[in-house]
Amino acid sequence: MTRYDLTPLLQPLLKNRLPQFIIQAIALGGFIFAIIAGLVGTPVGNHNFSIVFVWIGWWALLMLIAVPLFGRAWCSICPIPLAGEWLQHGAILKPTGKGFGLNLRWHNKFRNIWLQNISFALVALFSAVVLTQPNITSIVLIAFLFVAFAASLIFERRAFCRYLCPVGGFIGLYSQVAPIEVRVKDSAVCAAHTEKSCYNGNAEGYGCPWQVYPGGLSKNTYCGTCMECLRTCPHDNVAIQIRPIGDDLIKPHGRKLDEAFKAFIMLGSAMTYSAVMLGSWGQLKAAAYAVGTNDWALYAITFLVFIFGALPASFFIATSFNRKSFINFAYALIPLGLLAWIAFSLSFVFANASYLLPAISDPLGWGWNLFGTVNFKWTPFLTQVTPTLQAAALIIGLAWSSQVAMQIGEQIKANAQGVIAFCFVITLGMLWLLVG
Amino acid sequence: MDHPTSRRTSWQLVSRTKTSWQLVLLILAALAILFLPTFVAAAPPTDRTYRLEARSFEYTPPAIQVNQGDRLTIELSSTDVVHGLYIDGYDLNVVADPGQTAKLTFIANQSGSFRFRCSVTCGALHPFMIGKLEVGTNWLWWQAVGFAVLVLIVVSRLPKSLRFVQLRKSDLT
Repeated sequence: MTRYDLTPLLQPLLKNRLPQFIIQAIALGGFIFAIIAGLVGTPVGNHNFSIVFVWIGWWALLMLIAVPLFGRAWCSICPIPLAGEWLQHGAILKPTGKGFGLNLRWHNKFRNIWLQNISFALVALFSAVVLTQPNITSIVLIAFLFVAFAASLIFERRAFCRYLCPVGGFIGLYSQVAPIEVRVKDSAVCAAHTEKSCYNGNAEGYGCPWQVYPGGLSKNTYCGTCMECLRTCPHDNVAIQIRPIGDDLIKPHGRKLDEAFKAFIMLGSAMTYSAVMLGSWGQLKAAAYAVGTNDWALYAITFLVFIFGALPASFFIATSFNRKSFINFAYALIPLGLLAWIAFSLSFVFANASYLLPAISDPLGWGWNLFGTVNFKWTPFLTQVTPTLQAAALIIGLAWSSQVAMQIGEQIKANAQGVIAFCFVITLGMLWLLVG
Repeated sequence: MDHPTSRRTSWQLVSRTKTSWQLVLLILAALAILFLPTFVAAAPPTDRTYRLEARSFEYTPPAIQVNQGDRLTIELSSTDVVHGLYIDGYDLNVVADPGQTAKLTFIANQSGSFRFRCSVTCGALHPFMIGKLEVGTNWLWWQAVGFAVLVLIVVSRLPKSLRFVQLRKSDLT
């Protein structure tokens, strides 16, 4: 299995903290501006920077490019944990040894992604409001910032990113398909290295903020690609590699129930979002939007039952009521889930991307025309070909998931036919919702 | 009596022939799925008029069905604020003021399922105010279903050596 080591090409750029810091600083500036725009700008979502740049611009970059191609690359420049991390480190760039905070260890019971599953589901419940009301988007972003800050002061390393972030959970899950990875070149070098500076840190950098020992890293799921291990390794034993896509999916170890459920939550959410946001059912949209009403409660209960109950239960039947098969085969749903999100995002993003131009000239909706683009009219792009692209994405997802299911079946010596049938039904459902 | 080597060669030949036939059948099936719409006659075209009521954030009726080639007139009326109607794929747009009716007439010459969406900012859920225009048979849907079935056949018969990611020995333990 061929791998191409990009380290000789990228090492000088990545060992230097400045390029990463500059991108992080720009992202932080944009993040804070999005919060301000949401609070003081126009309440009209598609004319407000916070909605347009977060839910159209950032979302498009994340789901159509960053996650499929670069895995957790977003996490390496994400502005949310920065303030807390700088305080925790007592430094913005290199370690100074003057950190601040309690540095408590995260409780063993919660060393999984169940809390991320719950936090994503919570945000998803309010998505019709969060995605359309600038002030609510700001409140959600402030909440992320506050929780991440508090977590950095109370717990060691990046506890928020690793165990709480609702976005980080699914980025981690889908980063397993990315054609890029950070791995050690020779594990024997790590085994002989007693200082373990990649985990404990040294003068060149911090111990892995994601609480991962790079020497034992075999999947992308929890590697935040922050590049600290690249900086701290005295033997230059860390490599950034191009690899076959989806390589992590067929690794048999480390498959867990919390990650399995993440696959269902994401698949179910893609279907629900497609029905609510891209469907033609006005009552469903109204129910999802009317937070606090009986209709919304019914919608919320249905959504939760669907993602935490109906989908996993159907899959449990498809895997012959076998817990081991259920957990292992759930990883076959990852490609289909990612492609379902891509198919959903294509329609949403192409139809609304033209809002970016006026919003950059008048980010607060106050009548400015900073770059002369404020009068650019709403223009849906590629509407002729979007359904074909969506159908193609879903069929690729089905083919990929089916192949992974067969390989997992070979690993655990179980029949994959039920899983493939499950994927087929989900694909038909998504096709009906998006192009039917 | 056959020599074991020649027997193996014969079997390989049979196997290769079988694979070639399967490949030909798959290509023929793919072509049939792709060009299926060409062989099906459409219903004769007619004039149709639909009255579409727009209010935040839905259209009533939410879906319109016509035959391919029909001359379709949509009478769009709004019951609350200004709403628009943009039809994906046809790139047509019409705007209706509250209490007034706007008309859009066109020949529905492309078959398929097309989303129509509000083209005038009308409130919070404006980007999601969506309806559906169904013209004739939605061939894309049927083609997608056909390809999905075909894909499953291909994946189930694909030799392990042709899989994109190969299982290593360590992955099997």
